[in-house]
Amino acid sequence: MIRIVAQEVTYVTGPVAETSASQTDAARREVGVAETKKLQRRRAKPADRRKTLEILFFISPALILIAVFMLLPIIQAVRYSVYNWKGFGPLVDFVGLKNYARVLQNEVFTDAMIHNLIIIGGSIALQLPIGLGIALLLNRKMKVQSLLRTIIFVPYVLSEVIAGVIWFQLLQPQYGVIDTIMSKFGIQGPAQGWLGTPELALWTVLAVLTWKYLGLAVILFLAGLQGVPSELYEAAEIDGASWWQIQRKITIPLLGPTLRTWGFLSMIGSLQLFDMVWILTGGGPANSTTTMASFLVSEGTKRQNFGVAAAASVILFVVALILAVSYQQFVLKRDAQPADERIKAKKVKA
Amino acid sequence: MKSTSRTAKILALAATGSLLFSGCASGSSAQTESADGTTTITWWHNSNNGEGKAYYEKVAKDFEATHEGVHIEIQAMQHEDMLTKLDAAFQSGDAPDVYMERGGGELAAHVAAGLTKDLSELAIDEIGFLGDTAGGWQIDGKTYALPYSLGAAGFWYNKALFKKAGIDKAPETWQELLDASTKLKDAGITPISVGAGDKWPAAHYWYYAAVRECAEQTLADSVTNLDFSDQCFVKAGEDVDQLINAEPFNAGFLSTPAQSGPTSASGLLATGKVAMELAGHWEPGVMQGLTEDGKGLGDDTGWFSFPAIEGGAGNPEAQLGGGDAWAVAQDAPDEAVEFAKYMLSEKVQRGFAELDMGLPTNPKAKDAVADPALASMIDARDKAPYFQLYFDTAFGASIGGAMNDEIALLFAGKSDAQKIVDASQNAADLEK
Repeated sequence: MIRIVAQEVTYVTGPVAETSASQTDAARREVGVAETKKLQRRRAKPADRRKTLEILFFISPALILIAVFMLLPIIQAVRYSVYNWKGFGPLVDFVGLKNYARVLQNEVFTDAMIHNLIIIGGSIALQLPIGLGIALLLNRKMKVQSLLRTIIFVPYVLSEVIAGVIWFQLLQPQYGVIDTIMSKFGIQGPAQGWLGTPELALWTVLAVLTWKYLGLAVILFLAGLQGVPSELYEAAEIDGASWWQIQRKITIPLLGPTLRTWGFLSMIGSLQLFDMVWILTGGGPANSTTTMASFLVSEGTKRQNFGVAAAASVILFVVALILAVSYQQFVLKRDAQPADERIKAKKVKA
Repeated sequence: MKSTSRTAKILALAATGSLLFSGCASGSSAQTESADGTTTITWWHNSNNGEGKAYYEKVAKDFEATHEGVHIEIQAMQHEDMLTKLDAAFQSGDAPDVYMERGGGELAAHVAAGLTKDLSELAIDEIGFLGDTAGGWQIDGKTYALPYSLGAAGFWYNKALFKKAGIDKAPETWQELLDASTKLKDAGITPISVGAGDKWPAAHYWYYAAVRECAEQTLADSVTNLDFSDQCFVKAGEDVDQLINAEPFNAGFLSTPAQSGPTSASGLLATGKVAMELAGHWEPGVMQGLTEDGKGLGDDTGWFSFPAIEGGAGNPEAQLGGGDAWAVAQDAPDEAVEFAKYMLSEKVQRGFAELDMGLPTNPKAKDAVADPALASMIDARDKAPYFQLYFDTAFGASIGGAMNDEIALLFAGKSDAQKIVDASQNAADLEK
């Protein structure tokens, strides 16, 4: 780990000298800016006010959209979650936090949370090594490179619903393609089918998800690989490093920010997982594939317990928020910091 | 100069924007009575293709012709879409004037929220000839919707496969059903398909077993008091468990959908892969849609009533089922009630039956049902001493959903008879 840090520092030594030299400059400039601001405020040029208005005017559509389609629904969900409500009629039956208790005491929901966690862990554990491997292979110069890249990316482009329906048919017990091929080799598929056996269903869903989202991981990793300067490879090669050594010591460490961003996207996606589960299993069999999102949808639209569904959605929101913020804090922070600050921090550590 | 033109552009943009918005607003506002005195009735139904759609358009035209100044705005939707849109319409308070109600707890919730018009006085003649049929749409002696199609659930079976397995007559008792399933299996035929992936098809077994095990009064009381303490409900679970343990169902039934695609429960029956399926009156229509020639099982289609269960307190001729009724929104114009009544008339119901759109409830139109299997079901329906609505409809979505989930768990071998009763009672207690 320490060695990786050292490498990164050496890689960015170029700008370091510059930053420290320009720091006093920047301080001087800041004072200057503050003074001019004061002056501007005193004079309150009409041109400035117009600029502010202009900015407001141009960002207001976006702000309104965010308010109407994001803030308002969140507030509404919180409001519904404290009522016993069937989806129509006035909100009158105030129940306080009972809906939350109902959700958290419901074994189906707590199991759903565990399923979500399994999918978060499972997708990273599967897609990271496979995706990285494929990306490293596809990054080598070869004849059909772009064709292979396209093939890998196709599942991701496919609509989730269509992919789900296709896999549902492939995985049919007895008559499905997969079972038919297996029986040609004399292997018997599970009697209830891959999606019908409670012990296998979640893993089957995970396999389909891996197939679907591997393309995204590969494309992101490939993009990250473009950012690795070729001089480093050359230098390493001159120093006599093997292909494996180059990947391990140069490529993967420099791919760090991309990997961490992908991990974040994958985590949020797994938390909100709904479409694929809904189509493949509907949360069944025996609730073995229920996710938090599928739980709240069936609670709301199938059972018309909109209060309970709203409470579940608020819990999902809070879980996602906590995970996202802590990931930002502990994992992504180093990428989000401006380069010079990061180096400063590291220098202090060293 | 430059800045002025920019301002002008911004103004122009803003003007276009506001025009667009106001355009949308005026376009979506629905008016019941317009300035020139015509009344518009909005009507939602689920016959969204082929002959059914055309027939309903004709019905609306005929009504408009005899009622001057009335315009009917039809929205034909796919069934599931319609349910979602109805929920949204009720939430926003912009419900259609004439729409479909399935009765039971769902209707009770709509009535409690003041969304549905009381038709007891307004449609007194229709309610008269409907008789018991309207029971599922009555609350505290008042009728809130007029059922236009009502069907019993039962076993649809493949006559040819039954013959092949050496079964001469349709099973009449639970034991005979188990024996038939053994015979079919011995002949290498999968006896029954069930779409337990959708849960409700599996739940129908438990509902029907409860109808056979519980006395009429017990059932009626349980619906009103939301009480499942009678031992007959546990017995129903034990009966179903006995059937599950005999393993008569298609491979992968836990993830099998009810009606979508050739590998769904209906698809398996329609393509001769299984011998029978417990389903409602929609089954012949669904099977026709799932076969290439559009005929379903054709002449091989048979129907028999859910078998009697030995020692059960319920009448073995009682039927479980469901139907659709025309309801009128609370704030709809009087013409909407007239239109709902018109659709129950012999003329409209006859055409409805001739096109196999459903099972007519007007007694004068019953002979218009041509399909022999459907006709035999109508006989069973009308002979039944009492008619029980599907439990998930009767008890409402919340209790029904909890019940269905637990029954699906029983099919997966992860629950037992007592747990179904407990889960239903827990959900019911939350409703009280």
